[in-house]
Amino acid sequence: MEFQPISGIWAIVAMSLKVTGMFTVLMLVVAYTTLAERRVSAWIQDRHGPNRVGPFGLLQPIADGLKSLLKEETVPATASRVFFVLAPMLVLAPALVTFAVIPFAAPLPTPAGVVDMIVADIPIGILYVLAFSSLAVYGVVLGGWASNNKYAFLGALRASAQMVSYEVALGLSLITVLMLAGNVTLTEIVWQQQQLGMWFAFPLSLAFILFVISAFAETNRLPFDMAEAESELITGYHTEYSAMKFSAFMIGEFGHMVTASALMATLFLGGWDLPGTWDNAFWYDGQLIKGFAADGTVVLASPALWKTLATFGGFAAKTGFFLLLFIWIRWTLPRFRYDQVMALGWKVMLPTALAYVMLIGGSILVLDEVGVPWGFSYGAALTAVSTVATVGFVFFLDRGRTITGAAAQYAQKVEVKTISQPASAGD
Amino acid sequence: MSGDYLSLLLLFGVSIVNAIGMVVASHILNPRRDTPQKLMPYESGMIPLGTTRARFSVKFYMVAISFIVFDLETIFLIPWAVQMRELGWSAFLAMTMFVIVLAVGLLYEWKKGGLEWD
Repeated sequence: MEFQPISGIWAIVAMSLKVTGMFTVLMLVVAYTTLAERRVSAWIQDRHGPNRVGPFGLLQPIADGLKSLLKEETVPATASRVFFVLAPMLVLAPALVTFAVIPFAAPLPTPAGVVDMIVADIPIGILYVLAFSSLAVYGVVLGGWASNNKYAFLGALRASAQMVSYEVALGLSLITVLMLAGNVTLTEIVWQQQQLGMWFAFPLSLAFILFVISAFAETNRLPFDMAEAESELITGYHTEYSAMKFSAFMIGEFGHMVTASALMATLFLGGWDLPGTWDNAFWYDGQLIKGFAADGTVVLASPALWKTLATFGGFAAKTGFFLLLFIWIRWTLPRFRYDQVMALGWKVMLPTALAYVMLIGGSILVLDEVGVPWGFSYGAALTAVSTVATVGFVFFLDRGRTITGAAAQYAQKVEVKTISQPASAGD
Repeated sequence: MSGDYLSLLLLFGVSIVNAIGMVVASHILNPRRDTPQKLMPYESGMIPLGTTRARFSVKFYMVAISFIVFDLETIFLIPWAVQMRELGWSAFLAMTMFVIVLAVGLLYEWKKGGLEWD
């Protein structure tokens, strides 16, 4: 049975359904992540959390939304009104479109043709994600500046400096993924992970660690929430925002969190791929193929509804795992000092990522030179190299040298002076 | 492929309408009872002192400049990374030179104290 991509009027129907469906699901996931954050936080701290609105508090996000819609909002008299109103929209709008290039399930066969489970399979893939996720900085800076409030301004400054610092490490850890996948589209990155027989989290373990740390810093989550360090800056750049404008900032932040989780799942945990080759599917020369036989001929894929549903479940589970990790870390690690955040970004993450890019590049070329076939043994060899690099990173690189704790710094600086009492200090 | 850009355009439309709609809807629905105290910038309940548009640390400027240098480096690395396996050793060697030059730059900035926050 030959599978053809969907075309004609049905393609437009499928497109509209995918766009509206993705948008709605993303908004719902964002809403319920706010609830999950409060419930999990409560669970970790041994208290109840919101459990009064609906069963187990499940209607709480809806109540929150209605409340923020109906509450009074203030615009400070000294604020720059236009930019003040513009900033939350600038945070909200890009946060919800970044998800478009992430494939979320195996292709779905319909009577009219095969529908790819991705909103926009554009050839620039990961570059689109980088471009739109960094637009968030504009909203943050504009919001903090337009508020004309000192806390908001300091929060915006800190947030922007932190976000641009970690964007460098984020981009560099991505380079290794692109080297291995040989393409920037996320569908092909998923396909190459299926072909390699292992998820990129293993052959690129150090890049995975660097990417996760950078993602935490990019989304301004603890332990990097310098932008809204409550004990120092009230709530940072959105101190002056209230009602729906405040909610827009929150939805934007959680939208970035969901997108970052989905991105980590796609780049390093195989995206919608489940173990085994039964679900593999990729468009190759106009044919939906499962893989290549030993003699180089293509093996056609057999998409099915249950496969699409199963892979979607797998994708949701991986994304959910990272969302849970975001919340879990928040109650596990204390906040860094600002100088520690910047030192980690520039003195540890950046040099490590640079060295790792060259290490992986060299290893890939050596493996090609030796003639190891693209497959499990290739991945295993890279896994060995990466494991050594990761162990080195974790155990040798930072033993209190670059990012020292407050206590250690104090111990270095303090000089014990004894005040000698003048003998004739009488009066 | 053009259909994919069409769906992106549709998504941009939905997202922008949603963002504007949320802010406008709340503006129409919510009550407004402004008082001079409410409209004051929040400074922990005190009357704001001085101006917000004051000078700030030059360190943030340093970070911005370093960001431009190293983010550009990342952008230069991406096309090479995608084609690396086809280009082979000579391109790898050239990129190693490029990375070493930038690493020396980073080291210089580090030793000059450009990365310190004291």
